[in-house]
Amino acid sequence: MPDVWRHAWLLARKDLLIEFRSRTAILSAVVFTILVLLVFNFGRDPTAVAAVDLAPSILWVTFTFAAMLALNRAFQLELENQALDGLLLAPVSRSSIYLGKLMANLVFVATVEGIGLPLFALFFNVSVVPVLGPLCAVIALATVGFVAVGTLFSAMTGRTRFAELLLPVLLLPFMLPPLIWAVLATSALLAGRPLSEVVGWLRLLAAFDIVFVTLAFFLFPATVNE
Amino acid sequence: MRLLKTGRWITVVGLSLLAAVYVRALAFTPVERTQGVAQKIFYLHVPAAIWTETGMILVGVASIFYLFLKDPRLDRFAEASAEVGMLFGTIVLTTGPIWGKPIWGTWWTWDARLTLTLLLFLMYVGYLLLRGAVTEPGLRARYAAVLGISGMCLVPFVHLSVYMFRTLHPQPIVLKPSAPSLPGAMLATLAFSFLVFTVLYVGFVTQRYALTLLREQTEPHA
Repeated sequence: MPDVWRHAWLLARKDLLIEFRSRTAILSAVVFTILVLLVFNFGRDPTAVAAVDLAPSILWVTFTFAAMLALNRAFQLELENQALDGLLLAPVSRSSIYLGKLMANLVFVATVEGIGLPLFALFFNVSVVPVLGPLCAVIALATVGFVAVGTLFSAMTGRTRFAELLLPVLLLPFMLPPLIWAVLATSALLAGRPLSEVVGWLRLLAAFDIVFVTLAFFLFPATVNE
Repeated sequence: MRLLKTGRWITVVGLSLLAAVYVRALAFTPVERTQGVAQKIFYLHVPAAIWTETGMILVGVASIFYLFLKDPRLDRFAEASAEVGMLFGTIVLTTGPIWGKPIWGTWWTWDARLTLTLLLFLMYVGYLLLRGAVTEPGLRARYAAVLGISGMCLVPFVHLSVYMFRTLHPQPIVLKPSAPSLPGAMLATLAFSFLVFTVLYVGFVTQRYALTLLREQTEPHA
């Protein structure tokens, strides 16, 4: 088992290094996030709907789109020059390839979210600082859930026709339950409700994470084995 | 082909029994006091809904066994079950609004149960789209199995969420921990209808399975 984690970390580091050297994907994702926030700003009537009523949906729709962009990229990287075949020939287990990809995707999405959250607070004048701890917990739990499923699915869609279109179609039904819980938890937090009201949603998100990370860990080999 | 013929016969029996369900529901089952005649759609809606969910679970179970045994029969069954499940999902999503309009005053509402049924339907669509997007049969079967198993694991979460929201949708009155709170005549009609939908599911799946088999024989490389 320690080997699995070591290999996974090596793979994640490789992906992140590629990302860090080119910086195209991460920059595009951040700019995209800013643009989505901007579109939302024009899509609402500030005199009719208070920002705080709309804020949770804005935050989560933005994060959903950003995560989708990141996930589409994950295995595209390995398709160039048959890099995936090389990866499969390497003496690492299939499951550690999955964990590596998952870690790299999580770092990528977390970076985008880390930049997106302050901008969201700034643009929509939402005070996130008093609830920053619990809000980060909600974001982290939800992100782990849908990135876990997304990493598994992107390994499949990457090698099909219409990859960029197929991934959202397959993934969104799986993203919806955690998204619904996250939106409800976020709106409770931003409305200043007591923490005890959020615990139930956090538990559900955690259960979703445990089930789908485990499932993806065991199912991933089936998507790459020949 | 024998299998196709068997499937056709089962379907014919199922469809004629479905006509009998209509007769029993309309003529021999009492009219519900508050909802009136609109409640009759319950006898189609509920069995179709049960089979929509069961269809997904069967896709998942067949997929698990496929990944272990690599038996193409399991893959064919999963494909057939997904298509039939989607058909039943369509029935649920059509009969629901027809009932909702007179009772709730609206065709659609973003209620937990409605949203999640739509979600299940879209999962079926995604599953069939993925099958269509992969051309190589072995790869297609494995990808579909992975998606099918994930879909099966999502069903309990979907089901759980329904109970956590306040909902407009009537609560279950038959499949619940306590005894069914339904008059005997209505319960009998519902049970009969459920049986008919089971026959229809078997008939449709058998036919769809036979079609895949025929296609594989005529176009071995497709």
